[in-house]
Amino acid sequence: MLDDFNFRIIFEYMPLFLTGLRNTFFISIVSIMLALMTGTIACACRISSIKLLRYPAIAYIEIIRSTPLLVQIYFLYFGLPTLGVRVPEIQTGIIALMLNSGAYIAEIIRAGITSVDDGQIEAGVSSGLNYFQRMRFIILPQALGATVPPLLGQSIVLVKDSALLSLISVMELTRCGQTMTSERFMPSEAFLTVAFFYMCIYFCLKSLADWSQKKLIFREAY
Amino acid sequence: MMAFYFSRLVEIFPFFLKGLWMTTQIAFISLFTCTILGFVLGILRSGKNRIIKWLIGVYVSFVRGTPFVVQVFIVFFILPEWGIQLKAFPAALLAMGIMGSAFICEIVSGGISAISKGQWEAGTASGLTLIQQLRLVIIPQAMKVILPPLVGQYVLLIKDTSVVSVIGVMELTRVGWVTVMRIPEGLMVFSLVGALYFVISYPLILLSNYLERRMAI
Repeated sequence: MLDDFNFRIIFEYMPLFLTGLRNTFFISIVSIMLALMTGTIACACRISSIKLLRYPAIAYIEIIRSTPLLVQIYFLYFGLPTLGVRVPEIQTGIIALMLNSGAYIAEIIRAGITSVDDGQIEAGVSSGLNYFQRMRFIILPQALGATVPPLLGQSIVLVKDSALLSLISVMELTRCGQTMTSERFMPSEAFLTVAFFYMCIYFCLKSLADWSQKKLIFREAY
Repeated sequence: MMAFYFSRLVEIFPFFLKGLWMTTQIAFISLFTCTILGFVLGILRSGKNRIIKWLIGVYVSFVRGTPFVVQVFIVFFILPEWGIQLKAFPAALLAMGIMGSAFICEIVSGGISAISKGQWEAGTASGLTLIQQLRLVIIPQAMKVILPPLVGQYVLLIKDTSVVSVIGVMELTRVGWVTVMRIPEGLMVFSLVGALYFVISYPLILLSNYLERRMAI
């Protein structure tokens, strides 16, 4: 099956793969930062009592969640030039990832906020804790516990989603595999190497997520 | 110019419906096979055989650790090197099947592990066979935990069918991509594509939310 697997060619292409890996890292980190901001703002609008803020936020979140990311990427990639906005593909890609993950992050943050019971705050007030003490000892430990593990899960999804940017010719990891396939026609070597790199990123983030799950999830004393 | 392109778009609308039909076919077949395979794998994973558990674990982490596009490329480009030639449509179904069953397997084994050990023991004590225990005791209770994320996973699977457009399956996203080459109105074309996806997946999202509320009590 893989008896003529050619490691030499992989090493020959290693600089290309490392560039791709660096770009994947760059795209993922920038997008997750921007998505956190978008998500926080969208969540604040979503739970606000002002209808003018709430309804657009709901529309944004639901539209993003019920259409495929690839369609959103194409929408921006083919749509922005018709509006007269000409930006490099990589920026289009980052905007698409930001908008997509932002909607999911808004829902994660909302779940985290609503998971802290009102009674907890009241209990804090009646125990004589001031605002900062309540935040430090009661609210944040619980809200963070419910938010950080799913946020890390979302960042795993985002790294994998960034592979779709290869379709609008952003030079990231998957695109390197495509390039190598079209130059040498060695798809096994190319795509298995790409898969290997993604697995490495996945395991790092996964163990971080599992660790945070153990450390941060607030457990009631039985 | 906008109006001209709009009338062109209305003219070729049947083309989009064809794409929608293709997407529905892929989604339906793969949801069906993934559910069956996912349940079988999930039940095997919560069994006792260590080797089977380990093998399923490796498979699940491979699928979860790599992007779906890469999996599609692996199925479409690498299988021919091993002597298995597949056309785009079966290759798409195979890739969807591999991906979906791994995710559903995780959901099912998670649901089964949420059931306390006492339930299994009670089943054994009542003289039920292993299959009977699963069918009559464990699965009905686990369904409460499984169902909401399962429907959520269905939405993700339907959306992921858009990725198989990369190997040239003429489904909705591919139709949009082909259209935008002739009608250079990206916003219009992909709003239409998005709206058609919305029509299929939004009801499922609502169903998933409803189940989550219902099962939480």
